[in-house]
Amino acid sequence: MERDFTKKKPRLAERVMEGLLFAAAAAAIAIVLGIVYVVVSESTKFFSHVSAIEFLTSTTWTPLFDNPQYGIAPLLTGTFMSTLVALSVAVPLGLLVAIYLSEFAGPRTRETIKPTLELLAAVPTVVYGYFALLFVTPLLQGWLRPLGIELPSFNLLSAGIVMGLMIIPYIASLSEDAMRAVPRSMREGSYAMGATRLETAFRVVVPAAVSGVVGAVILGMSRAIGETMIVVVAGGQLPQMVTSPAEQGATVTAFIAQVALGDLPFGTLEYNSIFAAGLALLVLTLMFNFLAFWLQRRYREAY
Amino acid sequence: MTAIDAQQVRDITVHPPGLRVRRFKDSAFIVWGIVATIIGLGTLVTLVSDLVHDGGHRLTLAFFSSFPSSEPALAGILSAWVGSLLVIFTTAIVAIPIGILAGIYLEEYAPKNPVTSAIEIAVNNLAGVPSILFGLMAVGIFVQFLGNPNRWFSFLPEGFREAGAHLFGQSILTAGITLSLLILPVIIVATREAVRGVPQEIRHAALAVGATKWQSTQHHVLPYALPGVVTGVIIGVSRALGETAPLIMIGGLTFVAFLPITRPGDATFETIGVLDEYGAAVDPAATERVTIHHDGVVVLPDFTEQQVQAGQVLDLPHGSTVQSVADLGDAIVSWNPGHWFGQEFTVMPIQMFNWTSRPQAEFLELAAAAGIVLLGITLLMNGTAIYLRYRLRKSIKW
Repeated sequence: MERDFTKKKPRLAERVMEGLLFAAAAAAIAIVLGIVYVVVSESTKFFSHVSAIEFLTSTTWTPLFDNPQYGIAPLLTGTFMSTLVALSVAVPLGLLVAIYLSEFAGPRTRETIKPTLELLAAVPTVVYGYFALLFVTPLLQGWLRPLGIELPSFNLLSAGIVMGLMIIPYIASLSEDAMRAVPRSMREGSYAMGATRLETAFRVVVPAAVSGVVGAVILGMSRAIGETMIVVVAGGQLPQMVTSPAEQGATVTAFIAQVALGDLPFGTLEYNSIFAAGLALLVLTLMFNFLAFWLQRRYREAY
Repeated sequence: MTAIDAQQVRDITVHPPGLRVRRFKDSAFIVWGIVATIIGLGTLVTLVSDLVHDGGHRLTLAFFSSFPSSEPALAGILSAWVGSLLVIFTTAIVAIPIGILAGIYLEEYAPKNPVTSAIEIAVNNLAGVPSILFGLMAVGIFVQFLGNPNRWFSFLPEGFREAGAHLFGQSILTAGITLSLLILPVIIVATREAVRGVPQEIRHAALAVGATKWQSTQHHVLPYALPGVVTGVIIGVSRALGETAPLIMIGGLTFVAFLPITRPGDATFETIGVLDEYGAAVDPAATERVTIHHDGVVVLPDFTEQQVQAGQVLDLPHGSTVQSVADLGDAIVSWNPGHWFGQEFTVMPIQMFNWTSRPQAEFLELAAAAGIVLLGITLLMNGTAIYLRYRLRKSIKW
């Protein structure tokens, strides 16, 4: 039998398979568009009743009251306060771990510690919420009482601290990757000049990896901003302008979850308000994700 | 050599000032690094021991075989773990094929064009979207839109609409799909990395002997990539198992004292006709011809009861309820996904959250016990994934 092998004639099964593969990949775009569409369209209904100016400038968030006020500021302060606490825990610890693992630890230590530490990111967040409410808060109350600070049983401090512990692996792991991507020759140049390992780490490796490290921190930050269950359980769900981490407060995510826990009456302003809060959350996290992505890409292109 | 040169040589051979201090700083930093690492690992240990200390004594067999209850001593996680199992099963059958196919497409097939970069940007961003936003999307699309076919799709035949209303809404199917969208990026990224790790020569060898592109991918690339793919799938599924926020959004219930599937001996309730939200018939005058499957009781809309026997054929007014006891056959039928996809549910994280938000100490112990189960499963799954990844790195040397 003679066959013409030069003729390019894709079989039907090939074409079908290719179509299936493309459809699966295109699902990712559909999901993103789905999220953006739902959040934006429901928010539009919200903003036809509440002016965007009130939403951005008012400092009261009481959508469930008889005289509802819709200022996102209290929720944003709650989010920023808990994120700030989380970062002040996770950044120093995460970077210490990253520098230690990348510059000081042997390969065996690194290969054991890195995945074990990554388990911290795998713990279900509701378990972290329990831990924050029933372990960290009583512990902190005991420590702070002698200092004259009475910590309420719901507060953003312990929620933030536990959130910080949760994002340590993100920051440590990604910064360590960035540091290890710094070429050996740069380190060896530094050693040859008589620098110690610590001096090399801080004056050569970290500056060279800085965009990757900052990217990792921003990624951890965006995790903390989007985290829901820890703040719902331990943070107190009270939307107020937060000025100190020792207060209770609601984050954007906590508010959304709190409304959803009740009956969600479709089409009401209250129902639409969680989408407006969701829009704020989406804009915040996408902004930070893009920034992190851009920074991470930069360090890869540097060498 | 002049005298000045000799002086300089001696200066260099002598240790520069402060070297001891600099060396000391070096080792001091190692201590700090180890301390930071221990804080991280210590958190994990503290977390586990705190949970075991609080709730370890609640972990009895009865805990797994009892429904939640307002009486803490009798409460358990039966409906929660069955719900979790069914939701995760749904998640897996949706997410695994789509994730793997998408990963293969991006690595093996995707041409370099704007569509491909759009897909890559979408995948990267999905990984960073807070899970609660997936919940908001699910509320908008699956619960309100697809779950209310009478509101949006009045042009469709009634059977279609009924099936849609049954399957979507606040159901296991909705929960499973939502979580599968959430873990899709994890599986896609893992598949891409695994496929990328397979050397080009394997593909070339297959293509050279006449295999088509898909044949080479299916028979040669995928088997080598499989361990990496499995690692990603395990990590993704374990993430879905612990996820709470999106399921709260779509209305996972916090108190469920029934199972989405039926066991032999369970009481069954079958309502006749289309009911409004108060349980009354939309059209009280309508009747429906019903064949009774088991001996039992029919409760008519006016609450009068009537004994019925298997095999009877009755014309029942809408709003009636047929009550009986399920036998083994009913139990097996209830395993049909078409049945349980549409059921309401709770999952373990929601059950734990529910108990955590109660003030009584007994419920907090129950929450801790549920936490042990949840944490145990997720850590076990992630540990397996890590081990697989480690074995993979060791065993395959191209």
